[in-house]
Amino acid sequence: MLDNLSILVSIAPIFNVQLFLDGLFIGAIFVLAAYGLALVWGVMNVKNLAQGQFVIMGGYLVWDLGHKFGIHPILGLPIVAILMFAFGWLLYVTIIKYVVTRDLFTSLLATFGIGLVVEQALNLAYGPEVRTADAGFGTMAFAGGMVTVAEIKFISFALAILLAASVIVFMKKSRMGQAIRATSQDARAARVMGIDTEKVYAFTYALNAAICGAAGSLVAMIWLIQPYYGVPHSIRAFVIVTAAGLGNLPGVIMAGLGLGLAEQYSGFVIGAEFQQATVVGLLVVVLVWRMIQLAKHRQVVQ
Amino acid sequence: MNRKRNTAILYASILAAGIAAPFVFPDYVTQIAMLWMMILFALTWDIAGGQMGYNSLGNIFFFGAGMYISAVVQISIFTNVRDYTAARGGEQLVLDYGDYFFSSAAGLVASAVGCVILAVLLGRVMFGMRGPYFAIGTLGVALSARELFSTWDLVGGGTGIAMPVYPGMPDEMSLVVYAGYFGLAIATFLTVKWLYSTRFGLAINAIRDDEEKAEAMGIHTMRYKLIAWSVSAFFLGMAGAIFGARTGYVEPMEVAFPTVTFGIFMVVMSLLGGKGTLWGPVIGATIFHVIKEVTWTYLLGWQWVALGVLIIVNVVFFQQGIMGWVQEKWPELFGIEVETVPDDAEEEAV
Amino acid sequence: MAMIEVRNVSKAYGGVQANQDVSMDVAEGAITGLIGPNGSGKTTLFNSIVGYHPIDSGSIKFLDREISDLRVPQIARLGMLRTFQQTRIYGNMNCVKNMLISMPHRSMGFFEILGKHTAEDIEKAEHLLEFVGLYGKRKLMAGDLSFGQQKLLEFAMALMNNPKILLLDEPTAGINPTLINGLIDRLKRANEEFGITLFVIEHNMRVIMNLAEHIYCLAHGEMLADGKPDAIKNDQRVIDAYLGAH
Repeated sequence: MLDNLSILVSIAPIFNVQLFLDGLFIGAIFVLAAYGLALVWGVMNVKNLAQGQFVIMGGYLVWDLGHKFGIHPILGLPIVAILMFAFGWLLYVTIIKYVVTRDLFTSLLATFGIGLVVEQALNLAYGPEVRTADAGFGTMAFAGGMVTVAEIKFISFALAILLAASVIVFMKKSRMGQAIRATSQDARAARVMGIDTEKVYAFTYALNAAICGAAGSLVAMIWLIQPYYGVPHSIRAFVIVTAAGLGNLPGVIMAGLGLGLAEQYSGFVIGAEFQQATVVGLLVVVLVWRMIQLAKHRQVVQ
Repeated sequence: MNRKRNTAILYASILAAGIAAPFVFPDYVTQIAMLWMMILFALTWDIAGGQMGYNSLGNIFFFGAGMYISAVVQISIFTNVRDYTAARGGEQLVLDYGDYFFSSAAGLVASAVGCVILAVLLGRVMFGMRGPYFAIGTLGVALSARELFSTWDLVGGGTGIAMPVYPGMPDEMSLVVYAGYFGLAIATFLTVKWLYSTRFGLAINAIRDDEEKAEAMGIHTMRYKLIAWSVSAFFLGMAGAIFGARTGYVEPMEVAFPTVTFGIFMVVMSLLGGKGTLWGPVIGATIFHVIKEVTWTYLLGWQWVALGVLIIVNVVFFQQGIMGWVQEKWPELFGIEVETVPDDAEEEAV
Repeated sequence: MAMIEVRNVSKAYGGVQANQDVSMDVAEGAITGLIGPNGSGKTTLFNSIVGYHPIDSGSIKFLDREISDLRVPQIARLGMLRTFQQTRIYGNMNCVKNMLISMPHRSMGFFEILGKHTAEDIEKAEHLLEFVGLYGKRKLMAGDLSFGQQKLLEFAMALMNNPKILLLDEPTAGINPTLINGLIDRLKRANEEFGITLFVIEHNMRVIMNLAEHIYCLAHGEMLADGKPDAIKNDQRVIDAYLGAH
């Protein structure tokens, strides 16, 4: 561990750039998934434990489109987003609708069940091998070969920003976006004003699924997908939202990018086998930290 | 009276069936032993879950912790643990009956005590969180344990610990394991049965129904929460210890901390049978285990999908579980009075 | 020494100064009232006293002991109980059990908690249920009672806890007029027969004038006036505060 640390500090500090860039690129995707989670959470008070599985599902869909129909992943992304949107709507109408009004453990377990079904279905459909969606771009090298960045990562980063921007603009300007924000503030008042909250909820959940699908497509392009990689993604999204707090978009961005960096650095310095432990460990840390924060105001983490 | 006699007959028959089972169905001793373990899982989950309203997704942590504690204590009686685990299973302890049972007993006691201490320490932190945060937090603890134990060399890291070899024949060991699980399950049932009839039982129900109200009435909520979880941890730890011995080795991912199998089964079984009731977890565990044993191998990969669907259906459409449903249909059987006549002479009668 | 001494308490909520330099006394054995138009800070003061949130500055003493840094359960165990405006009871238990769980835990040792309820406990519970007129409904699930009945149950539960003082948050809110008289009557009896000090927030003027011996009036976060009911009723400042309450 100290050897790795010395590489970063003294021997080849340029390597920090590598970790930094990698962290940013993957962190941007984390931000997307976290945003979707916060959206559903804020609007319907449903903590979607299936978030990570939706991401992976998006990844597999884009891979499948490339594998079966030869569609390039970047072109496949919007298609996947639409497919996932429909999937999310379907899930809302069949399951989520019934748990929105119930206690929180119900929605937690229900979405957990959905996640379980999704990841198992993916396993059955695609097998347990790890996959990537090949976008066929090259690799750029900087600093005399010390820093290498696959071109697709830059593209993915740009796409992530584009996606995030579009969603934010949508939420601000479109009628549905405004309806969603109104509902999240006060559902009853929204209903009284004539907003069809059922439709808003369905749309929100579907939108989240679409965001996850897009994020998953990016994951497939620049990282790896595997049927059981969903849970870590769910945990990451949850860590980011808990650390930043609902409705704190800049916080989500910072936390998401920060998490990406943290993972890259811990993976390099402490060792790749600790990467999972870092993610899960951060979850416990963030929850405890939040609890201490609230205790100062004599509130409880609900 | 009639009811008391019926209940006594029920208990006696279960006891008799439990004792007779391994002799009547010698080919299924392992499966029936597992049934008792599943019943223990469901009962212990429900103490903090259905009865107290703190739904933990990480109770499996105590199962694994108990397993490791017991293994380490047992081995340390005979040899240096670090050297033993460094041999990565190459060197297995062969003991005679006396040594084996003595060390197993020591391990069992250590696991129970150790898990209670862990429950209190962990609980002080975890119980500051409510609802879904508690669920996710406990899940995080279990997942963390899984990862951390995989990297901890003292306990064998990813390879784990090879357990001492049982001094007798495998058939005999199965019976001993069976007796262990049966005894533990009975002890767990009797303990919670008693607990739920005391002031403590009422207190944890109050915490479930309205924790803020309970606090406003001066109840030591943290104290009760810790006791409740400690009881769960006590039995789970010992169950883990026995499981480790039975499996022959203790490994962090699949044996000690199987979060997505046993860890989730605990919750599913209690919900299925009816959380917050005494018999609910027992019934839920029995039905779940039997169906699982029968269908698992036939479903060829679809069993997890089936499990997910079961969770969804149970949670969304059948929340009260079997016992809950029974209580709704026949409330008189449970001493619950339901007013069927509407209160017209409303408030003045009051 | 008053039972509760509030001195110069201030509390702000996200930019709004809910309580500004408020001082008041709650005399032992008496019934004290707190009134004020909406937004005057009554609830904030109430919550500060019972420990629901910390205060920004000032001091709150209960029986000469500083409680502003204590938490709700600690204060409750000292003998100060509160009722909730929305009326909180344990919905999934029957009335008797609601009463039993309300027994004072401050006086219970470890082994008593692991023991079963005694016949005495049940007798006391049923006696208090009868006091509030819920004896006939004692085996029903508390969640199935009507709102008014739940309010009475909550009151009985508070009595079961042997409090020294009971703080009531708008006890007659949401109850039909016929029940109100019964409630006032029982509050007075609890005060006179059981010796429980009462501190009541109320909006219903008729009720508070009838019930309290000393009344405090808050307006815009500050203490406006205090005195006997007749004095308060005719105090021009109080009348202005209510009429011009914008």
